[in-house]
Amino acid sequence: MTQAAHEPEMLSGGEMLIRSLKDQGVEFIYGYPGGAVLHIYDAIHNQSDVKHILVRHEQAATHMADAYARASGKAGVVLVTSGPGATNAITGIATAYMDSIPMVVITGQVMSHLIGDDAFQETDMMGLSRPIVKHNISVRDPADIPTIVKKAFYIAESGRPGPVVIDIPKDMTMPNEKFPYEYPDRIKMRSYNPVKKGHSGQIRKAVNALLQAKRPIIYSGGGVILGKASKELTQLAHQLNYPVTNTLMGLGAFPGTDRQFIGMLGMHGSYEANMTMHNADLILAIGARFDDRVTNNPAKFCPDATIIHIDIDPASISKIIQADIPIVGPVKPVLKEMLEQIEQSKLKVDNDALGLWWEQIEEWRQRHGGRYRSDDSEKMKPQHVIETLCKVTNGDAYICSDVGQHQMFAAQYYKYNKPNRWINSGGLGTMGFGLPAAMGVQLNYPDAAVVCVTGEGSIQMNIQELATCKQYQLPVKVLCLNNGYLGMVRQWQDMNYESRYSNSYVDSLPDFVALAEAYGHAGIRIESPDELEAKLTEAMAITDKVVFIDVQIDPDEHVYPMAVPGGSMADMFLSKTERT
Amino acid sequence: MRHIISVLMENEAGALARVVGLFAQRGYNIESLNVAPTDDQTLSRLTLVTKGEDRVVEQITKHLNKLIEVVKLVDLTEGSHIERELMMVKVRATGAQREEVKRTCDIFRGQIIDVTPTTYTIQVTGNEEKVNAFMDALSGATIMEVVRTGVSGLARGDKTLSL
Repeated sequence: MTQAAHEPEMLSGGEMLIRSLKDQGVEFIYGYPGGAVLHIYDAIHNQSDVKHILVRHEQAATHMADAYARASGKAGVVLVTSGPGATNAITGIATAYMDSIPMVVITGQVMSHLIGDDAFQETDMMGLSRPIVKHNISVRDPADIPTIVKKAFYIAESGRPGPVVIDIPKDMTMPNEKFPYEYPDRIKMRSYNPVKKGHSGQIRKAVNALLQAKRPIIYSGGGVILGKASKELTQLAHQLNYPVTNTLMGLGAFPGTDRQFIGMLGMHGSYEANMTMHNADLILAIGARFDDRVTNNPAKFCPDATIIHIDIDPASISKIIQADIPIVGPVKPVLKEMLEQIEQSKLKVDNDALGLWWEQIEEWRQRHGGRYRSDDSEKMKPQHVIETLCKVTNGDAYICSDVGQHQMFAAQYYKYNKPNRWINSGGLGTMGFGLPAAMGVQLNYPDAAVVCVTGEGSIQMNIQELATCKQYQLPVKVLCLNNGYLGMVRQWQDMNYESRYSNSYVDSLPDFVALAEAYGHAGIRIESPDELEAKLTEAMAITDKVVFIDVQIDPDEHVYPMAVPGGSMADMFLSKTERT
Repeated sequence: MRHIISVLMENEAGALARVVGLFAQRGYNIESLNVAPTDDQTLSRLTLVTKGEDRVVEQITKHLNKLIEVVKLVDLTEGSHIERELMMVKVRATGAQREEVKRTCDIFRGQIIDVTPTTYTIQVTGNEEKVNAFMDALSGATIMEVVRTGVSGLARGDKTLSL
């Protein structure tokens, strides 16, 4: 019996690119057309599998793709033109890179023969993006496009994830030059083999140390969310009855309402989390990188602690703080093996010591425990707004934050019980992230409640995207904590510059309600705490359109606790008048 | 401490820029660097000399390993190894100096590879120390131009850096 030879379809470079995305399972790409990518846009027009979302600024396209990746765990895809299109994408690529978010960014490039000639809309995207990508690839032969796309997704999503840029000169996408198309099933690279499991000997050492601890703490970060190991983390913590703190990037990996959860740690971490870290005799760091916003002064960091550090990236281990027991590997299989080894171990948790440790932790929790009302005034407290939001959304919304005080309040006072629900720019701290991020999540989870928590400063960095919301009917809720100031800048100016508010006052604010209405959305203004819950409930009940909720909050509020610069983790300002 | 890091990487456009960029971005220092294809044309071998505390050098090797195009690397200074550098020096060679320079060159087993009535161009190979010593020995002569390749090296014995 003979079988008809498999005849590959003949496609142009532009068509191959879009077909490859389809075969990769991509539903949406986010972008903006321009000269160098017009052949690609024509290929998009001639099919309906891959849908293109037209943003109003390329930075927003990157944040949409990034937030989709944060919510789903799969790489988001961006398509922009050369020159300004590419440079506008840079901030979003750097944002994703700092938080290890998988993303594939396709940038147009001038024709190959013009590269280096300072051609119209030419910029060296390979050079520009190099320090802020996991990898970048320039297309030199259209026939390579399917393999390059597969490789880009493989690199972006495996190991420690990150953004990958594919730079495509226009002549690689000519509609009349056809090539046989075949999308590879898998990619094998001799120079890139991400680690699949941890070293069993190291895990044994870690388990021994873990079970002998008297004052342990589990410190988990974004790696647990990226590594989809929330279940294993929760199981481990429950089995051991050890306290858990999450980094800003790790919130939701362990349930926020669980008794064992002692809050976020670090610069604006809870009093009890920072005290527990500082006094611990053992720290189990899981997918966290000892960021400077966590450790405060590394020389004074947790003086008594033995440190077990699990990370998929060896370069994150012993970078800031020397690990006593390093384990290189993906969090999920490492935690699974750890659980097995704990089961088999002859050692048992020291419940007497642990009982005393919990007593101490509860005492810390009582002493501060998220207290924020520094005065009895009737002013609208931003913390109260977030608590109310948590209440009216049953703690189950996707919270996409911008950057500043509101971000810290949203991290502290919203209780995240699930991973992938808290979406914020932690590493780069990109203002303007929140709205496009919320849009990216809403598009992919149309029935979910998605709230952009922002301030009047951040929202104006990408407010043009309200038009994109209208075009694609993305009913995100924008909760703007409006205090008329760049709040975090003002807080630092209060604390370090004798309240000299250099350029932190935002004059000439638009009427946000009228602005939202001008874009075809709904707007609500909330001025008094009495109407807060009712109006928030009302806003969240509107599921078919954007609601811009402009909340007039107390401009004098600061984020506390706050680390004392140069101190240990136990050195904190607890209010305007108290410190540890 | 001085370290010689030898890197086997894909012979692709942009790979070298990634290595150099890494050093610039993270504030590591490079004393010397050389790169050329190996017997396998798809691979390049890059050798770089850096100085830093052990902690920093550990970070350097970890970050180099993270570069997608890096296949393998070794810190040669961790074991016994052979290192060589090639230097070419153009010296003024007139009068009494002409004979003196020649004698110094012979002592260091250098070769005169270009001659004019007034100059010698000398090639010297050796480890960094020897090459430096030769430069010092020439201090009486007028040096017109110096070019050095930077260090290359490999491990002694059976150990290899290969696929």
